[in-house]
Amino acid sequence: MSRQMGDSHRRFLQTMMANGIVDEQGARKLIAHCCEASNTQHNPDKLDDFIETINLKLQPMFMQITKGMSEDSGHQFYALVNMAETDVTRMSSDYADNELELFRKTMDLIVCSEKGNASSTDILNSADTMTTKKLKKSETEHLLNRLVHDKWLNEKRGEYTLSTRCIIEMEPYIRTMYQDQVKVCHICRNIAFQCQICENPTCGIKIHNPCVARYYKGRAEPRCPACDDFWPHEIPEVRRPKSQSRK
Amino acid sequence: MTQRKRTSNTQSKKTPGPAATQEEDDDQTFTQPSTTQVQRGLEKLTPAQVDQKTAEVVQFFLVKDQKKIPVRRADLVKHVVKEYRNIYPEIMKRAARIFDQVFGLKMIEIDAKNHMYILINKLETVEGASPITNPTNPKMGLLFVILSVIFMKGGVVGENLVWKTLKNLKVDVGEKHEEFGDVKKVVTDEFVRQRYLEYTRIPHTEPIEHEFHWGQRAEVEVSKSKILVFMGELHEQDPQSWSLQYQEAHSSSSAQPSTSSQR
Ligand SMILES: [Zn+2]
Ligand SMILES: [Zn+2]
Repeated sequence: MSRQMGDSHRRFLQTMMANGIVDEQGARKLIAHCCEASNTQHNPDKLDDFIETINLKLQPMFMQITKGMSEDSGHQFYALVNMAETDVTRMSSDYADNELELFRKTMDLIVCSEKGNASSTDILNSADTMTTKKLKKSETEHLLNRLVHDKWLNEKRGEYTLSTRCIIEMEPYIRTMYQDQVKVCHICRNIAFQCQICENPTCGIKIHNPCVARYYKGRAEPRCPACDDFWPHEIPEVRRPKSQSRK
Repeated sequence: MTQRKRTSNTQSKKTPGPAATQEEDDDQTFTQPSTTQVQRGLEKLTPAQVDQKTAEVVQFFLVKDQKKIPVRRADLVKHVVKEYRNIYPEIMKRAARIFDQVFGLKMIEIDAKNHMYILINKLETVEGASPITNPTNPKMGLLFVILSVIFMKGGVVGENLVWKTLKNLKVDVGEKHEEFGDVKKVVTDEFVRQRYLEYTRIPHTEPIEHEFHWGQRAEVEVSKSKILVFMGELHEQDPQSWSLQYQEAHSSSSAQPSTSSQR
């Protein structure tokens, strides 16, 4: 395999820099497009090889395209990660200091919550305890919209969760900042926010909803993979990416 | 900011004097090291140290480039290169090579006097939509209209004509725009800082009037032939019928950017 970087790789990287994150299906289509644009041969099965070629060149710049799972759908995503700055300050070219403080507070709320989410009311209340320039209610609401638009947060019916991009890009930061709060998924070993929890008090392991779906698929009686207690939660359906369901 | 006397309008008001002078002093005290100085400097450093510093310079450029803000040599030396200033030319050479080989970008100096650098895209825009569309900046549409007006008027226009043109497109400089906010600020401050436009005072005018020129970034990043095609479509006219503009857009002397203004 050639490890030489070509214009197709550069074009792919430029799109990653502009977007921050792309899902697996999108990445496949994008590679096909980039290869066509640069008249390069392209093997659709070699997705990870293609990205590895870019990563080899990005490594000395402390950057990397990293794969991660959406906690919501279970689909794979690729995000461009800046390893030199995995902290919230990497957002400082787009957000003011007090806006970053509110984002940190939102992260605190989400990480320390049982279900991995925070309501808009809780976030608005936490704005009252800010030490930097306080944000008005309307400003906080506007900021939350921007954070969703910029793909740092997800919002569903007034509940905010950390986006896939945020989890992939800031994982090292989250792991060190919230050492005691953060749990990993028993199945995939990635950090878990939106998940199901074993109700056995001496166990209490967490499993992502999509990992639950995959793990218990076709099993008659769901049991905890750690303590073997009955798994009392509803087992969600496995969600397939749209273009794969055609097969 | 004070590189041209003409440019001393809204800008100078905002730049606090002492800070600006400080940075200029920094740049003046920075003398480009000689080849032998660089050679001697490199001998004292490990390859890993040089790589690390190069990576920091690359990161600094990428952050600035997101906002399309040119990088000043003075800032780069002061905030990033620091104690490695004796090997500055070598670091810049390596950073330029990385932009070229890894990112498909070209580092160019747009202002040789003040030593300002920008990144432009080396990859040609291709026919056929990309499956992943980059988030578009709606301000770029606004900019394209203004650049078109300037170009069609022979390279310079009074600000009133620009405001009138925008008003015809339902963008009123006197009012807060839903999408762009303070339009006058976007045009005369943001676009000027990004070096897409030059906004200069016309001498001896009472009340004060300004005019617009293309900025250095526009010259290297925006294709004049694309503007003509756009104007042709707008007015249902053959681009060649604007013979002067057509000549300029297709002359070999003016470097023709192959890239779009958006990436
Ligand atoms: Zn999992
Ligand atoms: Zn258990």
